[in-house]
Amino acid sequence: MRNKFIEKLVQKAEIDESIVLIVGDLGYNVIEPFSEKFPNRFFNAGICEQSMASMAAGMASEGHKVFIYSIANFPTFRCAEQIRNDICYHNLDVTIVSVGGGLAYGNLGYSHHAIQDYGLIRLFPEISILSPGDPIEVDKLFEYIMNETTPKYLRLRKSGETNYTNYNENISAGRWNKIIAGKSIFLTTGNGLEIAQRLRLENKKFSDFGIYTCPIWGPKVSNLQVEQIKQFEVVISVEDHLRDCGFGSWLNESCESNNVKNKLYNSYLDKSIIGKVGSEDYLLENFKIEY
Amino acid sequence: MKSNSLAKQIRIESLKMVNRISGSHIGSALSITDILAVLYTEILNIDPSNPDLITRDRLILSKGHACSSLYACLALKGFYNIEDLKTYGKDSSNLMNHVSHKVPGVEFSTGSLGHGLPFGLGKANSLKIQKNSSQVFIIIGDGELSEGSNFEAMLFAAHHDLDNLNLIIDYNNLQSLTTVGKTLNILPIKEKFTSFGWEYYECDGHNHNELKLCLTKSYNSKNGKPKVIVANTIKGKGVSYMENKVEWHYKSPDENLLRQAIKEIENAK
Repeated sequence: MRNKFIEKLVQKAEIDESIVLIVGDLGYNVIEPFSEKFPNRFFNAGICEQSMASMAAGMASEGHKVFIYSIANFPTFRCAEQIRNDICYHNLDVTIVSVGGGLAYGNLGYSHHAIQDYGLIRLFPEISILSPGDPIEVDKLFEYIMNETTPKYLRLRKSGETNYTNYNENISAGRWNKIIAGKSIFLTTGNGLEIAQRLRLENKKFSDFGIYTCPIWGPKVSNLQVEQIKQFEVVISVEDHLRDCGFGSWLNESCESNNVKNKLYNSYLDKSIIGKVGSEDYLLENFKIEY
Repeated sequence: MKSNSLAKQIRIESLKMVNRISGSHIGSALSITDILAVLYTEILNIDPSNPDLITRDRLILSKGHACSSLYACLALKGFYNIEDLKTYGKDSSNLMNHVSHKVPGVEFSTGSLGHGLPFGLGKANSLKIQKNSSQVFIIIGDGELSEGSNFEAMLFAAHHDLDNLNLIIDYNNLQSLTTVGKTLNILPIKEKFTSFGWEYYECDGHNHNELKLCLTKSYNSKNGKPKVIVANTIKGKGVSYMENKVEWHYKSPDENLLRQAIKEIENAK
């Protein structure tokens, strides 16, 4: 995913001179195609996430389309107030890119497990959450990223992901995309896509379930969810994030006042995962399905 | 209007604003009044009738709690109607009690400290890339310097030769509870900045001739170094009973005290 991100960013930067990339001293063997091609629009802010986020806001206020790039919780929790006050309150064209979403850095320990980031980011009404499930979705999301001038959070996994999706149409904010048809479905965001594929294969109970992805979501598109949920018998949200304040929690809140609650179930990382280390596969044993 | 007259008017309007709503932070507002008056009469290239012009200089008030001075200054310079100041801090007003970007002429909302310099750094960086010769000025408090984000920005500004960045430190030596020295000693400021690769200036933050000289030098200096100006100021400057008193970070003058304050300001040289 991260390689697809840089490939697309380089493509877009060739035609859009306003694009700037700032990294928080991370991105070795990933960001070089951009930094080598556009040295005047590439900055390594150093290990300075707070000033990196404020600086991004300042640059966006002068007309730059700014991408800040780091991993796990560093470009979110470390600079939460800068995201809130400087980027979001001023509604600026900054895309916060975090690599290592979920458990991609599973054996690096709790500091590197990005399993509460949705919760933080979806507190800010101005921002859109972009959480692709495979490199194809990263590619398709760029259409939205380029057209949208408000704050965005792009959560990437890492590298080597399988492509599951096959798009004929553009991705629309808040709209679900069919991967596998079904009367009952898994609705995934981010790496939930791969988890749903496994659940479907490994558990007979879910073998007839379809899979849909929702790669662009957040407070701005809550109003689009009920009508989509109504089209299915059962919808199980899938995410590699804690239950509290995550994707499923957002769906639940989005249809609180409507009678679709009996259709909607959540699956997520159980909080028992906190403090455990290991491969992503090992850690996903802490995955919990409420169905 | 000359800078001295503007400063007097800013002080009077600012006092009235705070009095109307029993607001706080008047001491901080009076501390930066002369800096603002000199910036807006002698230094900054900003057109009040076209405050978003791309060629304007940018001013960021990082110590957003001192906003009554900036609001008064902008109104007196014609960015908006002076009558609007009467809405300061009232229901549905844009003139909230920490500086707001919804007010014409204000670049950036602050209130939480340690945001103005890194944000201004971004502006300066963009202007440099765009080959725009506008300058960025940021006013920051001395107590505010202890926010770590400032030190991050200090490193970046020097590393990237941002000589279009001018940081004015309102050095009144009083913060929320007591003096800066007793809270978390920030001295020596000069050595901190020069060792980080910044150019250093210092002046009396209430002497308009000194301020003009110092800020002009800073404005014109383009040797690859970001610039810091320590303005030695007095919290509550111009009102005898407020000067150097920490309680005027919080208190508001009643009608009698307001009359006394205005009289002192009008009678000052």
